[in-house]
Amino acid sequence: MSLDTSAKGKTYPPYEYEVGKEKIREYAQAVGEENPVYFDRDAAKAAGFRDIPAPPMFAVVYSAGSVGPAVLDPEVGIDFAMMVHGGQEFDWGEPVCSGDVITTTTSISDIREAGGMGFYEFESVSTNQDGREVVRAKWTNIVRGV
Amino acid sequence: MEVELKVTPDRYLPHRYAGASGDFNPIHIDPVFAKQVGLPGNILHGLYSMAQVARACTEAAGSDPRSLRRLSVQFRGMGLPEEEITVTGTVTEEGDGRIVVEGEAEQGGRKIIKKARAELERR
Repeated sequence: MSLDTSAKGKTYPPYEYEVGKEKIREYAQAVGEENPVYFDRDAAKAAGFRDIPAPPMFAVVYSAGSVGPAVLDPEVGIDFAMMVHGGQEFDWGEPVCSGDVITTTTSISDIREAGGMGFYEFESVSTNQDGREVVRAKWTNIVRGV
Repeated sequence: MEVELKVTPDRYLPHRYAGASGDFNPIHIDPVFAKQVGLPGNILHGLYSMAQVARACTEAAGSDPRSLRRLSVQFRGMGLPEEEITVTGTVTEEGDGRIVVEGEAEQGGRKIIKKARAELERR
């Protein structure tokens, strides 16, 4: 059976996420961040941030609402019982701070078969309220036994 | 500059990370479900483990979040709660304030992240 690659190139509608100080705190605590800039507005401002910054990997939080529906799209047809998260890339731009409104758009950059496995690559681009890019990401999911 | 970080996620870390990230896939939070689908138990979120690599590299470069410019990883195997994670990395390129670190993360000798590559800027 050959892999259905018809969804390659599909782009999903933009998703907007407003970044909040307490969500940054919750995320930073969960991943073990200790830098006071993530918890204390005065420390953040003293370090030159507009407001409390998000840790770089907080990108997963504001991107999820855009990437999730693409991964779950029945037209893409991923068999979730057989799926693993194979790889991940982030390319950061402008820092993200509390109060920012981040818009993320996801597209399917590649679907291909190799060695009996399906490789699904999703690319997401996130920009802030000033139109500046904050992160560009590639999410690779691998499906066994396609 | 050497990158090394050790962290032991506690039993309920996957639940806190699920809440923080919004990823409530039951393989991460429900040991019974995880075993039913052939896993040893509930497993760590790969992106949690990647966040440990990000933190290790950023802290080694002076802890400024703006220093991390790029990070790519490949996930391998399964990370488990209640077992120490060791992140290691070495500088493979350095010049003009830019540093490239290549590394991995392992638990008990099993690689959970390989081919990690971070690009950092000294600030």
